[in-house]
Amino acid sequence: MSNLLSLTTFLPLLGVLLLLFIPKDSKAVLRGVTLAITVVTFLVSLPIMTGFQTNAEFQFVENVPWISAGPFVMRYSVGIDGISLWLFMLSTFIMPIAVLSTWTAVEEKVKEYMICLLLLETGMLGAFIALDLFLFYIFWEVMLIPMYFIIGIWGGKNKIYAAVKFFIYTMVGSLLMLVALVFLYFKGINAGLTDFGLVRFFDLHLDPATQMWLFLAFALVFAIKVPMFPLHTWLPDAHTEAPTAGSVILAAILLKMGTYGFVRFAIPLFPDAAHKFTPLIATLAVIGIIYAALVAMVQEDVKKLVAYSSVAHLGFVMLGVFAFNQQGITGGMLQMLNHGVSTGALFLIVGFIYERRHTRLITDFGGLSKQMPIFATIFMIVTFSSIGLPGTNGFVGEFLVLLGGFESELRWYTIIATSGVILSAVYMLWMFQRVMFGELNNPKNQKLLDLNAREIGLMVPLIILVFVMGLYPNPFIAKMDPAIQKLVAQAKPAGMTAPAPAAQAMPVGHPGVPMAIQAPAAIQPHNIK
Amino acid sequence: MDMFIMPAVNITPILPEIFLSVLAMALLLINVFVPSGQKSYLGYISFIGVAATGALVVTGWGTNISSFNGAVVQDNFATFFKMIFLVSAGLAILISDQYMQREECDHGELYPLILFTVVGMMLMASGTDLMTIFLGLEVMSVSLYVLAGFNRANLKSNEAGLKYFLLGAFSTGFLLYGMALTYGATGTTRIDKIAAQVAQMSLPSANVMLLAGMLLMMTGFAFKIAAAPFHMWTPDVYEGAPTPMTAFMSAGPKAAGFAAALRLFLVAFPTMQADWSQLLWILAVLTMTVGNITALRQDNIKRMLAYSSIAHAGYALVGFAAGNGTGTAGILFYMLSYAFMNIGAFAIIILVGKKGETNGNVQDFAGFGFKHPVLALAMTIFLFSLAGMPPTAGFIGKFYLFSGAIQKGYVWLAIIGVLNSAASVYYYLRVMVFMYMKDPKEDFEWMKLTAPVSLALVISVAGSLIPGVVPSYILQLAQQAVRLI
Repeated sequence: MSNLLSLTTFLPLLGVLLLLFIPKDSKAVLRGVTLAITVVTFLVSLPIMTGFQTNAEFQFVENVPWISAGPFVMRYSVGIDGISLWLFMLSTFIMPIAVLSTWTAVEEKVKEYMICLLLLETGMLGAFIALDLFLFYIFWEVMLIPMYFIIGIWGGKNKIYAAVKFFIYTMVGSLLMLVALVFLYFKGINAGLTDFGLVRFFDLHLDPATQMWLFLAFALVFAIKVPMFPLHTWLPDAHTEAPTAGSVILAAILLKMGTYGFVRFAIPLFPDAAHKFTPLIATLAVIGIIYAALVAMVQEDVKKLVAYSSVAHLGFVMLGVFAFNQQGITGGMLQMLNHGVSTGALFLIVGFIYERRHTRLITDFGGLSKQMPIFATIFMIVTFSSIGLPGTNGFVGEFLVLLGGFESELRWYTIIATSGVILSAVYMLWMFQRVMFGELNNPKNQKLLDLNAREIGLMVPLIILVFVMGLYPNPFIAKMDPAIQKLVAQAKPAGMTAPAPAAQAMPVGHPGVPMAIQAPAAIQPHNIK
Repeated sequence: MDMFIMPAVNITPILPEIFLSVLAMALLLINVFVPSGQKSYLGYISFIGVAATGALVVTGWGTNISSFNGAVVQDNFATFFKMIFLVSAGLAILISDQYMQREECDHGELYPLILFTVVGMMLMASGTDLMTIFLGLEVMSVSLYVLAGFNRANLKSNEAGLKYFLLGAFSTGFLLYGMALTYGATGTTRIDKIAAQVAQMSLPSANVMLLAGMLLMMTGFAFKIAAAPFHMWTPDVYEGAPTPMTAFMSAGPKAAGFAAALRLFLVAFPTMQADWSQLLWILAVLTMTVGNITALRQDNIKRMLAYSSIAHAGYALVGFAAGNGTGTAGILFYMLSYAFMNIGAFAIIILVGKKGETNGNVQDFAGFGFKHPVLALAMTIFLFSLAGMPPTAGFIGKFYLFSGAIQKGYVWLAIIGVLNSAASVYYYLRVMVFMYMKDPKEDFEWMKLTAPVSLALVISVAGSLIPGVVPSYILQLAQQAVRLI
């Protein structure tokens, strides 16, 4: 089916229409229907994964005219490649789990909550598949609105502050990106392009000065979203205040929007500038890794600790991506997925104990493993995965990132960043020890119930993924490999690409001249395993 | 002695104006026989009249008829703007009745005055002679002065009317003086002839009289569209005027000011664009920034929207400063969208408000979102559209306005514009914070939703949302409209 991507993306939106007809007091029905919608969405998305051909092209492409007025032509153009495939799948996979986690956590305004979750899903899925810059911007912004309400309505004590901060931070960045987008569009029009279609913008060789400004505008919004130090301050607030499902989605998917933005847009569109700013970005990434790890260590609130660990993990992703080599970017991409799985799982775990005890302070716990053995086991696995213990998913990604970083110009950054690996083990294990081991001396903890069937059920898929991705990551890597090779070629700065005169003699924006062909033969994709 | 030569008269271009004037005068007469308390019927008649005029105006699309010796024209530009005026008048009429009854000032003269305002605005949009434009502007302004002070028993409304009158008269002086100087410099008041004269000048900016005339006219229009630093009257007038009239004033007359100014500057002074474009650049930045920063501090929603409407004029000025097809078409699109979203938002304010203009603070919206989910959703759509979030009409409008500036090379203007837009998000969000994220203090039981207001809300929601998702058609119309001038 050719419109599978649209079907998957807009199914949740159709689901919203369905929910509107369900009375708001039938909470069980609302939950069940929402779960069904997200599960169906996931099932519908499966053929995309199985039908995905292992090559560098965009697949399942749909391209129809949308807006055409004056100098602007916007198209509804979507497609998926190795870079977006797994993030897209991760989103459809996480959503049912997130919905299931709200079963007892959200008792008020259930209908509105479910509507927000479904709207959010459509926004996220759309952003991952948009191949038209304008369309991407629309999805990017639309995503913001339901998340704002999720934090602001169902959040904790400081929910309003956190929600408004989240919104304004993102908004400032994205509006500047909008200006850059329009500027880029006019550059493209002058060079013979006819619409906002992303792919042809890759062949637009902008002069370095223009690239620099445009890259800055794009990088700002994506860096806010990642979030990179020092733009990360909205994240701990948003995470701490958001309800569990909100945190899970925020960590597992929304943060990936930032790194995805770099990989999909900022780097291939402005390769020269990306290289120019690599030292800055690598520095910020390394600072983020170390600083966030140190801050995480002293947190008293488990959820805040996990939030800071996100900042550190995404620092690794950025480091890998900006190594600009195959291992680094592959590691970064894997790490995005791993972080989605393991940090998503961590937020669920925090949600479990919060629901039982209505506190998240580490000092309120201790010795829980005696009372909750199943919980302890799951928590342990997820903690190992987050630290990156060999055998779990975290290891593969982190290792590739460090490998790639070490082989690139970022060797020294990587060496420093490696200490972050140790630090992450310190803060995670220390937290785990204080919460799970020791004496069970708090009377309130002595009657805690272990996980119920629903809770186990929603953790099992994540645990399976932890091991599958940790022990046999090849299927994941194989599907993203060609797209990453293409990206590595695209990311070469102009001076390093094929014979410069030949590249320049080519009319800019000439169709059918993918950058990969202009790249030196040495990095041509020959053997794809 | 010269014989008086009767100009070739074709009344087609002013048929809508004639129709509305006759209707308004008839309503004034009928009003005498309608017992008080039943003035709603006048509202129904005027709404039907406005709708009929709309049908009449639409038939003029695609034509280009100049009449009265080049004093008025019927072209796409005028037609598009006339539709904006009719939309804002129609919506204002729909939301007036309930409010006027509540405030006990449901006098029948309201509706004829609205219609006269529309006649004035229409003349401004179709006027191709400085005299016609001035005439239209005066008809519009005088009616508006009365409308602003319509709630006689309310002190603030009186203040609004008087303040508007004094400052309005002052600004008219500027405009008229500018027109006189322009006449002195070119020897004509017809826009096309002024254009021909200016085109012949090798260096029009060196002609001090012409330059002064242009500047004074710009000042006059800046008053009318409430551009900073000529915006001082706006907050008080908007706050004091009866709420439906505030809604009307912020949408219709503002668009009329843009209509006349656009035609005048783009047709008569294209060779001087370098001069007025720079001035508008500054005006736009000032207007956006002043409007948004002051709106941030308001608790009263009506006042907040008044300041925000200054900011919105600033966004439109960005497109005007660009002066190219993208920017000017953006103004047309934006003014139309603004009519829907702003009047829609005011309709909700009217519903939530209580007698005597109370219950109009942001705090009074606490918990509104879950007490009246449908109305709150409508308000949310209006607010997001005002804030310029996709997928609303407000976003597409802003996109074209700012893109016009970028296309023209005014990248910094666009950047200042979007930063302003981001700042504005804060105060629009604040309303939503109270609607959805605070616990209700009141039960909102006094609210009653009448059929006309519901209709107005449905139209406004559709008008704020549909052009945001499928904007091509209206954008293309707007572009055809500006192509002619």
